[in-house]
Amino acid sequence: MLRFVLRRLAQMVPVLVGLSLLLFAWVRALPGDPARALLGERATPEGLARVNEAYGFDQPVLAQYFIYVKALLQGDFGASIQTGQPVMDSFLERFPATIELGLTALLLAVVVGVPLGYLAARHQGRLLDTVVVSGSLLGVVTPVFFLAILLKLVFADTLHWLPTALRQNPRIDATHITNFYVLDGLLTQEWDAAWDAMVHLVLPAIALGTIPLAIIVRITRASVAEVMHEDYVRTAEAKGLAASTISRRHVLRNALLPVVTTIGLQAGLLFAGAVLTETVFAFNGIGQYLFEAIGRRDYPVLQGFILFIAIVYSLINLLVDLSYGLIDPRVRTG
Amino acid sequence: MTVTLPPAGGPPASLGVAEDEVHGVSLWRGALHRVRRNPTAIAGAVIVLAFVVIALAAPLLTQYRPGSAQWSGQVTPSSVPGPSADHWLGLDRFGSDMWTQMVYGARQSLVYGVVSTAIGLTAGATLGALAGGFGAVGGRFGIWVDSFLMRCVDVMLSIPSLLLAVSIAAVLGQNSYAVMIAIGAAQVPIFARLLRGSMLSQGRSDYVLAADALGLRKGRIVMSHVLPNSVGPTIVQATLNLATAIIEVAALSYLGLGSSDPAIAEWGRMLVAAQDRFDAAPRLAVLPGVAIAITALGFTLFGEALREALDPRTRR
Repeated sequence: MLRFVLRRLAQMVPVLVGLSLLLFAWVRALPGDPARALLGERATPEGLARVNEAYGFDQPVLAQYFIYVKALLQGDFGASIQTGQPVMDSFLERFPATIELGLTALLLAVVVGVPLGYLAARHQGRLLDTVVVSGSLLGVVTPVFFLAILLKLVFADTLHWLPTALRQNPRIDATHITNFYVLDGLLTQEWDAAWDAMVHLVLPAIALGTIPLAIIVRITRASVAEVMHEDYVRTAEAKGLAASTISRRHVLRNALLPVVTTIGLQAGLLFAGAVLTETVFAFNGIGQYLFEAIGRRDYPVLQGFILFIAIVYSLINLLVDLSYGLIDPRVRTG
Repeated sequence: MTVTLPPAGGPPASLGVAEDEVHGVSLWRGALHRVRRNPTAIAGAVIVLAFVVIALAAPLLTQYRPGSAQWSGQVTPSSVPGPSADHWLGLDRFGSDMWTQMVYGARQSLVYGVVSTAIGLTAGATLGALAGGFGAVGGRFGIWVDSFLMRCVDVMLSIPSLLLAVSIAAVLGQNSYAVMIAIGAAQVPIFARLLRGSMLSQGRSDYVLAADALGLRKGRIVMSHVLPNSVGPTIVQATLNLATAIIEVAALSYLGLGSSDPAIAEWGRMLVAAQDRFDAAPRLAVLPGVAIAITALGFTLFGEALREALDPRTRR
């Protein structure tokens, strides 16, 4: 298992090197010279000289690349044009919001999706199956931001059932330790703050979780339907095992492998979707930060964001690969 | 050892059997036959056809021009004129005819979807065919080329596709070409991986072994046998990607990276513009949103039915 982990980690190295090259080239492909692109409209001669020196833009390209990589290795992802704040600091400050939202969305998708997919497979061809399959198709084709806007306009603006924006009511004077607002509320035993943060999560999580939910339903259904006809399931039935034992131990366990892969693949969708969902609900995570950066052409933020997401995304995929080992012993030994 | 199923469509001509001597039907003809019997495929095809007809016939379906804002005097912050005999779907918030915006929006979506998918397919399939071809040929050099190209694809895959599109669009500026190139480039890794994967698995099949035994050159085996038998899933993926492309174009517009030309009607931008008039005219947001979803649904239904029909495992 350790060798497997090390091998997978080693495989990440060329990808990260390639990515750093790509992003390095990207800044140089931006309109205007790189120092001007990084400083934006407010570039002054002194500012340009400072950036040129800091990033070594006046040096040979190869040297520039090494300066860039050295900074990255030291955790320096550049600074925002707008605020001057280091990009990494802004990320770490806002990342808990995105994780909180992403995990809630994913939890919703898995908790609702797996049982729905399972039920649909069990009732293949019947009404329940048709409804679930059609619903999941609708879920896949509805643009995230359209759903987010609709949810917000109907449930927040019109019906006033749920809050329209933000992560927490600013009037609640909540203590923040981890910046995971729900967790903070629980840790500090400020129950109203925790509840308020949860209520604020509902609509964004539904909007963000719908596509992963639809995909998980479809994959679970297909996978369960396939496993149900396997010989070992028939054997289990023949030897008189209880139906619930067969479902749990034989069908679900074997059907879950592709589902786990899919859950891992949703991470990318969640990050991309977070940009759109957080923007609609002014949910102050890295997605909204990116949206603002795009609007202001804040290139260092964009550059840092993409690298940051790529690293997180690769790590999640690593975790997914490792989780196979837990579910499927063949991966461990093979 | 894994057993690779032979390509759908009977024994390949590589065994020296002339095409007309092969019993059964060809891969695509068989698939089309199965698609015709599948009601969801028909539903998908009808939606796609309707979309394409509306898109192509847009100038015939309306007498107005998109983005004209001719009736901007009739629009106030609290009211946007609704459907009437002159304006079937009412006006939009800028005072243009909504029906005109919708049909020209279809036209724009079709152009965006087809061009960006064509860009992604061409570049991705070229990369994939090179990697798969060299990988199938084998040898130290072949495997090196294959793994080098695939590491490049891995780099692209390490960025979620919408974000990849965002970063490319940010470089290229705010215009239609930038949008199409960005969305197309973001699709490259999908096609590259898919084609390479199916070429490698075809490369292990018996007919390739047979062709090799007959003494055919490796390059010829790859070009005339492996490649043609591997393109099926890639073509199907292109159909499915049209749906994704149309949704992503709208998402780029939403993020402010779409074309800003008011004469171009684009569903995503219409949706964004309608947000602050939702109380007065919810249709302005609902119509383009539903149009995007229905179009994506059409391509998805059709693409999935095609995939099922081409998949040897699900063929009846």
